[in-house]
Amino acid sequence: MKHFKAMITITLRKSILDVQGKTVEHALHSTNFTSIDQVRIGKYVELTVHAADTQQAMSIVDDACKNIIANPIMEDHHIALEEISVGEHA
Amino acid sequence: MKFGIVVFPGSNCDHDAWYATSHNAGAQAQMLWHKDTMIPADIDCVILPGGFSYGDYLRCGAIARVSPIMTAVRKHAEQGKFVLGICNGFQILTESGLLPGVLLRNASLSFICKDIHLRTEQILSPFTSSFEQGQILRVPIAHGEGNYFADEQTIHILEQEQRVAFRYCDANGNITTEANPNGSINNIAGILNDKGNVLGMMPHPERCCDPLLGNSDGLGVFTSLMQTVGLY
Repeated sequence: MKHFKAMITITLRKSILDVQGKTVEHALHSTNFTSIDQVRIGKYVELTVHAADTQQAMSIVDDACKNIIANPIMEDHHIALEEISVGEHA
Repeated sequence: MKFGIVVFPGSNCDHDAWYATSHNAGAQAQMLWHKDTMIPADIDCVILPGGFSYGDYLRCGAIARVSPIMTAVRKHAEQGKFVLGICNGFQILTESGLLPGVLLRNASLSFICKDIHLRTEQILSPFTSSFEQGQILRVPIAHGEGNYFADEQTIHILEQEQRVAFRYCDANGNITTEANPNGSINNIAGILNDKGNVLGMMPHPERCCDPLLGNSDGLGVFTSLMQTVGLY
């Protein structure tokens, strides 16, 4: 059994106007950060998971994202996995 | 006619719903606990009240969706009995998939607490039968995430099947962008499921049922149900 840390980024779907991101984008532009083009604001979730291998861990976390952690109607999620040693905390 | 009002940790309109249904509408009402696994057989309509269930953690309604009582609420709806979700209750219904779409953050990013006007769009539903078609109601809203969104196809189906129960309008009943408080598509304030026995709405009818408060426009939602069930 292997242990993994999953780092999950949740953002609003591209088709949905991210008002908060737009507001920050305007704020950056008005403070002369003119080379910043687009801002999107989301959520970050970190969790640990045990599974036989990376593939299985990814499948478990992806399932959790689709069911509870993200709402697919409005959000996209991206998962990054990192193997950790037993007992190591995220 | 008996209402069952679900109390989640963080519900704050549960008592208002109880008062409106029992004292103002004159029905029977009882509270239901979120850990209950069944809904008493004599409950005709379950109300998922407003508030901030589970502190709105993760997303509004996302944690309430997996609470024990929601399995029973789903069964209750499948039996054709009535479910009314108000504000946070509407968010719980969309998270549960009992109603389509989702409630996004208000377009203004602000929490909005004020009276708005609603136009009654569908009076053939058990929740709206005591209203007149197009009747304008003055009802309070109090939410930060009430911006109704669904994909184009879902909106098309909702409109085609006339499942939009209420729309935000101005004082004269005009559906305008200015009268839309939160950015909802097509000014949608409340929708019905395909069978018509589940209604979700962001405005709070239970907060305007007592003439002492100077407005009882919301009472019709509860009396409509009582007329439908037929037991005053």
